[in-house]
Amino acid sequence: MLEIAIKGSKKYWIWLGALLTVMAVAFAVYIDQFVNGLMITGMSRDVSWGFYIANFTFLVGVAAGGVMVVIPYYLHDYEKFHRITILGEFLAVASLIMCLMFIVADLGQPTRMLNVLLYPTPNSMLFWDMCVLNGYLFLNIVIGWKVLEAERNQVRPPDWTKPLIYISIPFAIGIHTVTAYLYCGLPGRGFWMTAILAPRFLASAFAAGPAFLILLCYIVKRFTKFDPGWEAIQTLSKIVCYALIANVFFFLCEVFVVFYSKIPGHMSHIQYLFFGLYGHGALVPWMWTSMILMFTGIGLLIVPKFRNNETILPFTCILIFIGTWIDKSLGMISGGFVPSPLHHVTEYVPTFQEVLISLGVLATGLLILTVLFKLATTVKEEVRG
Amino acid sequence: MIHSRRSFIKAAGVSVLAIGAAPAIKAVAASGSGAASLPSKTRRPEAFSAKRWGMAIDCRRMNGDIAGNIVKACRKANNVPDFSHKPDEDKYPGLRPPKKDQELKWIWEESYHHAFPEMEDEFLADKFKSMPFLVTCNHCKNAPCVQACPTRATFKREDGVVMMDFHRCIGCRFCMAACPFGARSFNFRDPKPFIPEINPDFPTRSKGVVEKCNLCAGRLAKGLQPACVEASEGTIVVGDLEDPGSEIRALLKENYAIRRKQELGTEPSVYYIM
Repeated sequence: MLEIAIKGSKKYWIWLGALLTVMAVAFAVYIDQFVNGLMITGMSRDVSWGFYIANFTFLVGVAAGGVMVVIPYYLHDYEKFHRITILGEFLAVASLIMCLMFIVADLGQPTRMLNVLLYPTPNSMLFWDMCVLNGYLFLNIVIGWKVLEAERNQVRPPDWTKPLIYISIPFAIGIHTVTAYLYCGLPGRGFWMTAILAPRFLASAFAAGPAFLILLCYIVKRFTKFDPGWEAIQTLSKIVCYALIANVFFFLCEVFVVFYSKIPGHMSHIQYLFFGLYGHGALVPWMWTSMILMFTGIGLLIVPKFRNNETILPFTCILIFIGTWIDKSLGMISGGFVPSPLHHVTEYVPTFQEVLISLGVLATGLLILTVLFKLATTVKEEVRG
Repeated sequence: MIHSRRSFIKAAGVSVLAIGAAPAIKAVAASGSGAASLPSKTRRPEAFSAKRWGMAIDCRRMNGDIAGNIVKACRKANNVPDFSHKPDEDKYPGLRPPKKDQELKWIWEESYHHAFPEMEDEFLADKFKSMPFLVTCNHCKNAPCVQACPTRATFKREDGVVMMDFHRCIGCRFCMAACPFGARSFNFRDPKPFIPEINPDFPTRSKGVVEKCNLCAGRLAKGLQPACVEASEGTIVVGDLEDPGSEIRALLKENYAIRRKQELGTEPSVYYIM
């Protein structure tokens, strides 16, 4: 099936070439980081995780979001999702590979990363995160590949894929729950230490993932002969709407608890993010932008006239994608570290190199996504034609 | 074709099994031959030992000069880099300037407001406002950093000291997020150029690993007091918290002492006599 990926239009190759260029530049910068250490990043003693872990967290969400097409299709026989389920699974594959790359990019000693396997440590949430992320990646590769291959050969997928599909559902919930557990079980980090963190992560994941999938459907429709179907997109947009409302609702619950109880260790982080603390407020404009984007997104999805408008919907999805990215990437990680446990305010701004390396990871993910989507759409075109 | 693929998979499977079994084989081999010839732990007769090591800092007698000496002594004994030190241009040409907020510290001075942020009080006695409070790793009984570490590079010894294996650490910095006391530092770069004088008795670290106070475990094993205690002019006492007859227990019995962030339940082993 892979031979499909090496037959493409000029546009396809230009796009892949552009991605490879970004990857090459980013790799050169990464070599600097590999040789000289994480000093090239904006991270510090007080803010010890930054852009890499932020993007990792967000992309785990995008990967988990794929389950929003898997559940309706496989558990509820929702036929409209037949065409896009594979897209959701392949999106999860690309996102997970980016997640793993971000983790490796963040390690101080990447050559020692196999120590996590050599000395398995069940009391560390990072160990479990590694297990569920790799497990979910494996499941999606196998399921996606086998189902697509069956479709190409016009036979039923092998029976053993069924249990794997069912297992992949709790895994999807699992990857984001365990990722939230990385943060919310840490004493002394008031911003993260809330039981709503995992539900909130899932809610924002089920908004961001399907929103991105809608955008991908538009792109697929534009550039290939395969049409994912307007009805499927409309159902996805309703899912995004509910999930986004849940995400904002969970956030407001957090705001109530924090500001009504007035416990300083919990308040100071949200104060820093939205109003600034002791004159430091690098993230204030970002956080309010995020809020405005998410509320606008809700407005545009809740009103049927806007939601059902084929021209407005992609813009709504872009707003939501950016809004949730700021909320979960920039705000969630920096917000937890500022102020520090000793109540110092050390602000974090990613360096140019850090952003470039992140773009390289993103380009790699998009390259994988492009190839996988090319396979999926070509097979689907073949079958129909 | 199918045949060769099968045999490849077979070979791969066997190799994976072999790799998996290697540690077990090693362990069996070690238990057979090694145990008899070598004792599991070698301890010098002069070594200090304790059931649970703890530290008491007498804040009443602490002042800026002593605190400064302690910080310096710790840096020197443990090869903790000092970013204000000018690196040797001949030995390390073309170094990029260090970033202050990426510095490393094992023990350092904080004001009351930062050492005990949850105990802020607008009517705090004046003397505490200007007093230097030395903060360091608390060697918590329930250490969150040990729980978080995915490779057990950070671990708790039986005697309560929370230690680091600098050669196992992958630099994920989960422990730094987990520590509620900000006690951990990460080597964002190679520290060696910023060590004025390398102490050969303790290893220097490489870039990309986390480090923190280890209560001078190496010195204790040689029967020496930790470097901070030695420089403290009697303001720091390190001893056995579980031994009712120890000096530290006598101090805690007679004086009012507090610990940082006690409400988190990590059970810090560093006490501040107020």
